[in-house]
Amino acid sequence: MHEFPRPRQADTFATLFGKAFRNRSFLIGFAVTAIILAMAVVSFFWTPYDVTDLPVTNRLKPPSLTHWMGTDHFGRDIFSMIMVGSRNSIAVAFIAITIAAGIGVPLGCWAAARRGWIDEALMRFNDVVFAFPALLSAVMITAIFGPGAINAIIAIGLFNIPVFARVARAGALAIWPREYILAARSAGKNAFRITIEHILPNIGNILVVQGTIQFALGIIAEAGLSYVGLGEQPPMPSWGRMLFDAQTRMIVAPHLAIFPGLAIVATVLGLNLLGDGLRDVLDPKLRRER
Amino acid sequence: MAAYLLKRLGIGALTLICASVVVFAVLEIIPGDPARLMLGMNATEDAVQALRQQMGLDNPLPTRYFAWMTGFVTGDFGHSYTYSVPVTELVAERIVVSLPLAIFALLLTVLIAIPVGIFAASRQGRFSDTAVMTTAQIGVAVPNFWFALILVYIFAVWLRLFPAGGFPGWSAGLWPGLKALILPAISLAALQAAVLARVARSALIEELNEDYIRTARAKGLPQRHVLWRHAMRNAMIPVLTIMGLQFAYLLAGTIIIENVFYLPGLGRLVFQAITQRDLIVVESVVLLLVASVIAVNMLVDVTYALVDPRLRHR
Amino acid sequence: MSLLDIKNLDLSIGGAEILRGVDLALNPGEVMGLVGESGSGKSMTALALMQLLPHAASTAGRIQFAGIDILTAGEETMYAVRGNDIGMVFQEPMTALNPVKTIGEQVAEGIRWHTSANRADAEAKARRMLARVGLPEEKFPLSRYPHELSGGQRQRVVIAIACALNPKLLVADEPTTALDVVLQAQILDLLKDLVDEDGMGLLLISHDLAVVADIADRITVMRNGKVVETGETAKTLLEQKHPYTRQLAEASTHVPARKAVAARARHQDSQSGPLLVVDQAVRDYPGRRHFLFEKPQPFRAVDHVSFSMNEAQSLALVGRSGCGKSSLARMVLALDPITAGSIRFDGTELAGHAGKELRAIRRNMQVVFQDPYGSFDPRHKVERLVTEPLHLLDHQPSRQERRDMAIAALGEVGLVPSDLDKYPHEFSGGQRQRISIARAIITRPKLVVCDEPVSALDVSIRAQVLDLFADLNDRLGVAYLFITHDLNVARAITDDVLVMHEGQIVERGKTGDVLANPQSDAGRKLIAAMPDLDRALARRS
Repeated sequence: MHEFPRPRQADTFATLFGKAFRNRSFLIGFAVTAIILAMAVVSFFWTPYDVTDLPVTNRLKPPSLTHWMGTDHFGRDIFSMIMVGSRNSIAVAFIAITIAAGIGVPLGCWAAARRGWIDEALMRFNDVVFAFPALLSAVMITAIFGPGAINAIIAIGLFNIPVFARVARAGALAIWPREYILAARSAGKNAFRITIEHILPNIGNILVVQGTIQFALGIIAEAGLSYVGLGEQPPMPSWGRMLFDAQTRMIVAPHLAIFPGLAIVATVLGLNLLGDGLRDVLDPKLRRER
Repeated sequence: MAAYLLKRLGIGALTLICASVVVFAVLEIIPGDPARLMLGMNATEDAVQALRQQMGLDNPLPTRYFAWMTGFVTGDFGHSYTYSVPVTELVAERIVVSLPLAIFALLLTVLIAIPVGIFAASRQGRFSDTAVMTTAQIGVAVPNFWFALILVYIFAVWLRLFPAGGFPGWSAGLWPGLKALILPAISLAALQAAVLARVARSALIEELNEDYIRTARAKGLPQRHVLWRHAMRNAMIPVLTIMGLQFAYLLAGTIIIENVFYLPGLGRLVFQAITQRDLIVVESVVLLLVASVIAVNMLVDVTYALVDPRLRHR
Repeated sequence: MSLLDIKNLDLSIGGAEILRGVDLALNPGEVMGLVGESGSGKSMTALALMQLLPHAASTAGRIQFAGIDILTAGEETMYAVRGNDIGMVFQEPMTALNPVKTIGEQVAEGIRWHTSANRADAEAKARRMLARVGLPEEKFPLSRYPHELSGGQRQRVVIAIACALNPKLLVADEPTTALDVVLQAQILDLLKDLVDEDGMGLLLISHDLAVVADIADRITVMRNGKVVETGETAKTLLEQKHPYTRQLAEASTHVPARKAVAARARHQDSQSGPLLVVDQAVRDYPGRRHFLFEKPQPFRAVDHVSFSMNEAQSLALVGRSGCGKSSLARMVLALDPITAGSIRFDGTELAGHAGKELRAIRRNMQVVFQDPYGSFDPRHKVERLVTEPLHLLDHQPSRQERRDMAIAALGEVGLVPSDLDKYPHEFSGGQRQRISIARAIITRPKLVVCDEPVSALDVSIRAQVLDLFADLNDRLGVAYLFITHDLNVARAITDDVLVMHEGQIVERGKTGDVLANPQSDAGRKLIAAMPDLDRALARRS
């Protein structure tokens, strides 16, 4: 009599929901992420001050009741700029990660289903991409094709493809030898159908978790690109650009650096907590990792 | 063992070749004439022709690729247009900043992360574990260039303990040189240490749940022996993997951090070369950085084989 | 005075009661068999006396061992007791050893810790101990790593670690369950010898009455965290005073009633020829390369195997683990390609067919696997799981038809229509195997290949599932290719048997004849090693 490890149970949405809202990481992460998202959405309709207005007489004001986070060297309201900047950060990171997942996941699943030289080729492709320090290549791409949000998306997206391919491949490889896959093959299903019906739903968890982590890294990468001047271009505010502008004015106006930085930290922390929480909730097997 | 190492070496070489083709191709597909691009719109046709000649742009693609690669392997990286010196010379004077910085940062990362990871794993679930891991969780979310700004504000502007930027050169002495690298190294290491500490902790906890740990405990070994003599060595494997990946992040990080601290390193060199479109510098320095990432990952593979006997016999 | 005295032991983990009022006593040098089905609490009892329970566990009662009160003893005391006074052997030899340390280090480590012997002395002692457990230094130097040893050899190393310091008590928790019958017999012999030579007490935990009956002086039967019966082995098992003991004994020797083969066949006047013909089938796996430029030697798992089977026939394919029986089954199921030879099913050659053409064959050939947990996609409900093979039909049935067919299939295996909307984790192991069988018969196949379908089940459940297999064989005329290492299962459910050894079929014949009078060497070894309750009791009385 072999004792087989009991696999995780498939939860219904109701029980998942219950579990999720008893998980502290998930709750905090969900709340922070929701606030940032709400901020981004609201900024389309309303910000405390207009960020295209340049009331220079009001420049470099420290935080006060009228300007919660102070004003910058053009007299713009920092809080309003952070609100508008969140749009760009979130949009760039989200689109980049979605594209990367959209290409990487099918690649990884394909490699796992076919094995052989396709698998080997994908692994070598991953090796090559991983050998390029991501930010270096992003700088290269945006410098060559010109700065801007679209090229930032391409640069960040490209270097996330192998991440998703690798995670999807590893997950799929762990599922393929399972007996229920053999049963599906005995039922005459081909590799494509098996991938759609059995593999993808069962690696969905790890992909969602990886997705939130990569999303967080994407936010940092976008801020880095904007900081070196290769992201969203002025006059549209971006968090990284705001930090760059703050650098030379650190002595007179430290608030210029503090608030955009905190915005990045909060967003990334929120997403990481959300990812950790999701992992705990979706995959009890990995729970001990945190 | 030999077969394993040879295979890794082969994969490393293959990766380097593919990477070099990619670098070459990317710079090749830039729209427009590279020489024109480098010189700008106001350059005379003669100047452009002269540069084309010098870069060998009139030769067919494969010839140029092999010429470049031969030069790269023999240490002749070409001649920088903007600096008017051989690229090798530029690299030599910048690497003495970047290499110590990367090693310094990696050392800091390991020296902080590993003890913290072990500490947290051995106190799993207790208050000290939660406190340390919450700090790490926040650390992972802090972008290094922002952390650098904060450090500059506190230690350079406010406390005046360290310089806010610049590098006096090693000729000014070991301590002034190191002093200029302390804040940059800390900024680079903070996030990586937070990541590595989390990995180390979870790898250790994972190992402590394995069956062989129960066998070791059933022998009567005390908990600390079980942790140090059994779990640690197995937990090294994922920790090494992450360290290999982190090296690439450190290199990328230097681009921004060297900019924040005005350090004359390779990262700043390549960044400036990109913005000034000095393509000869860009392609050689990028490939050099890529080669170092590949080399470090090969080193990690060799270390795997030392840690894990299952690989040695493959 | 007893060596070990467990009195009224209660154990709960996170609020769940695991043990209730367990009493157990063991004298020096005595072999106690602790028997029970999964969930009976037998392993937890063992972990409790080593103080190796999970952190969330809370205990009440008393465990007295050699004058030490285990439950109140501090961790420092336990460091001295574990490994020195009590040795422990676990179920899973493949993961019980540290993969990055040599076997010599792992055996010597405990010796050094407890005796403060120097490295050389400890290694000398480890060398002697490894030789005693059948791993002499000439063939198995101390510098070997666990991955260089087989499962049986690793279990010997674990036993060497446990016995290295002549403990007063050896606790063996299902030490042979992960091994095949021949290895099981060898390991049990080894344990017996060590206990006899060193005068250790042995607490042998097993789900198998026959294993325990052979070597235990006394046995204790547990169920649901309670001790059901305890007493002298032969007496307890012959008298079977407690109904649960009787149930266990009967279940482990259960043979379902079955009709004769001819009466089972769907086409009584079967003139259509054999259902499955395997002719000189070969399966090679790519080998491991030892040097970079050396051509890897392929590993031949199945070596020119030929046999045929008829409709409604139940054929056993028995052999030790690694003999190639599962590789053969995968080829028959067209899950793995055949390297050479031919396999014809219902007159059609399997090789060379792909996709659509295979569907007609697959429709008539289904499979039941061993693992009652891994056989189902955890995200699908029973209805979807059971109807998956309907994909093979040429005319896809409507939703309602699918549901009706699923209900009918569940009915055949003794489950109810309301089970359709449940997830697999809501069922017990035995029920899952029923679902697995329902999935296999929903297309009314002519052949079901069963790969160890009952070896993960408790004995009483196993008897019920075997009854179900027999019943379906009788009523539906399904032929079975039954792959098993357990000859008791072969005896219960099959007409004919093939004995496989190192990729080849070394013996074939009527199941009863082969079991009674094996001709081949491999067959004789298998049958001699087979745990048999009646035989064990006959030997003792």
